[in-house]
Amino acid sequence: MLILGIESATQQVGCALGGHEGVLASAHSARGRRHAETIAPQIQFVTRQARVELRDVGCVAVDLGPGLYTGLRVGISSAMAMAYALGVPMIGVPSLDLLAFAVRHTNRVIVAAIDARRSELFYAFYRQVPGGIQRVSDACVGTPDDLASELLATSEEVLLVGDGARRYAEVFDRLQKTEIAEQDLAHPSAASLVQLAHARALREDFVKPWELKPIYLRVPDADINWKTR
Amino acid sequence: MSSQVPSQDAPAIVLDSDSSPHTPAIVLGIETSCDETAAAVVSGPSDVLSSVISSQVDLHARYGGVVPEIASRAHVELLTPVVAQAVIEAGLGDHEIEAVAATSGPGLIGSLLVGVSAAKSLALVWDVPFVAVNHLEAHLYSSFLEEPDLDLPVVVLLVSGGHTLLVLMEAFGRYRLIGQTLDDAAGEAFDKVARFMDLGYPGGPVIDRLAMDGNPEAVAFPRPMYDDGYDFSFSGLKTAVVNHVRNHPDLVVADIAASFQEAVVDVLVHKARKAAKEYGAKGLCLAGGVAANSSLRERLLDACVADGISGFLPSRSMCTDNAAMVAAAGWQRLHLDGPSPLDTGADPNLPLPFLLSGEPAA
Ligand SMILES: [Zn+2]
Repeated sequence: MLILGIESATQQVGCALGGHEGVLASAHSARGRRHAETIAPQIQFVTRQARVELRDVGCVAVDLGPGLYTGLRVGISSAMAMAYALGVPMIGVPSLDLLAFAVRHTNRVIVAAIDARRSELFYAFYRQVPGGIQRVSDACVGTPDDLASELLATSEEVLLVGDGARRYAEVFDRLQKTEIAEQDLAHPSAASLVQLAHARALREDFVKPWELKPIYLRVPDADINWKTR
Repeated sequence: MSSQVPSQDAPAIVLDSDSSPHTPAIVLGIETSCDETAAAVVSGPSDVLSSVISSQVDLHARYGGVVPEIASRAHVELLTPVVAQAVIEAGLGDHEIEAVAATSGPGLIGSLLVGVSAAKSLALVWDVPFVAVNHLEAHLYSSFLEEPDLDLPVVVLLVSGGHTLLVLMEAFGRYRLIGQTLDDAAGEAFDKVARFMDLGYPGGPVIDRLAMDGNPEAVAFPRPMYDDGYDFSFSGLKTAVVNHVRNHPDLVVADIAASFQEAVVDVLVHKARKAAKEYGAKGLCLAGGVAANSSLRERLLDACVADGISGFLPSRSMCTDNAAMVAAAGWQRLHLDGPSPLDTGADPNLPLPFLLSGEPAA
């Protein structure tokens, strides 16, 4: 089954196409949060590069978040409309799973941490298991200091991954047995999304477009915008 | 047989009818600029095949105004089912949609992006043009959906929670800005007064209802900028109401509602009427959410009758945000300028493309 993956939970935007042959084509762009401008041309580009037609896509996978709300919604609404128009099912994958998946070949505890703005992080703990990773804590939102004290409490070696880990590197650099993964792993990738979704597609672990639920982890701010209606 | 030399006046290229470019007629419109999630299918400039609106008003009521983050979240959840329903109700297969139009501004940025993103995906899959539509321009077309033969030029009074504009529509795609609000929009004044008086949300319908049992002459609220050009100002009027209510705790709520509404309507009708005269308009149209106000509708129609011009009041459901007007404006834009590029984003402050402002046509 050919899977189209759309990923836009951080300031990076990515699209990828792939299936049982692996990832056929992918594109990522990280310049300045132009998610809405980027996604449709990127989808056109990867379909041409993979030399497939959009109508051959059998499933649309999307990053569910947590992440930057606006970017996330651009990706999710693009993906939902795409799946509806194609008449195909969807697979939603959390952003933190995608970050951890990219560094799965380690025996250390993996902590994926995305910049949540307002001096906070979205984060979760993972472990390597045969064939992939397993989340061992609920995804949550907290300050870098909250996460640092959780890390202090574990006696194990930790690999931190994500743009949140890198942004607050000075907080985590002080900890022993903790390393931060490099910059090119700091954003969830659409290629990882297609790989993770493929495993779930084999189990037919699908949802319908209108059943997809974004992961926000925060209740909305109730500020009224008077000037716009 | 001798070779034939084409005569000089024969056309150089003859297109057979099958190879002439097909003009898309069936447009799916998407509207997510504020707190309505809407989709509609329109054939040609004015034939509405379906129009589905899912209002989020209940989600925002407890806050007394539209909360942008709540609106954006709801659009994501509601848009796909609303689009699917619009396509089904139009009685078409999705392969029969020939263009997809979406509001790209002005509005709440997070909300706009949901609709624009979805529209571009649909256009990609169906391999049809995408058209970005200006929300204000869409409102200007709402009258023509119900009255396609409306004579131009017309003066449109566009009044909503976000906008108060007087526009001369000379032709489709040709507008002249006559006046606009310098501070609060008319609908914003209704919402703020209603919120101050604890009347509920949205303020427009509540005040409209209360005003029916009140005396519009009970309090002589100011008519801001009444004889001062075509621009509007409602912030001072709102403050006057607030001060009056503070100083008169024993007031009759219906009288305040009626007197406030009377002041707003007086100014709106006076300026719209003056503009229609000065610019030689053949008619006056109402558009936007405040156009659902009963007093405004009645007074504007009376003015048109008195001045011998045609007045057009769209039905209430066409006044408030809907996607049929977006699809209609999309059809016009497609025929005037062609499709929008797929890297089009959303612009929360997108202005209506005005021809000129100020001076009446000679
Ligand atoms: Zn509107």
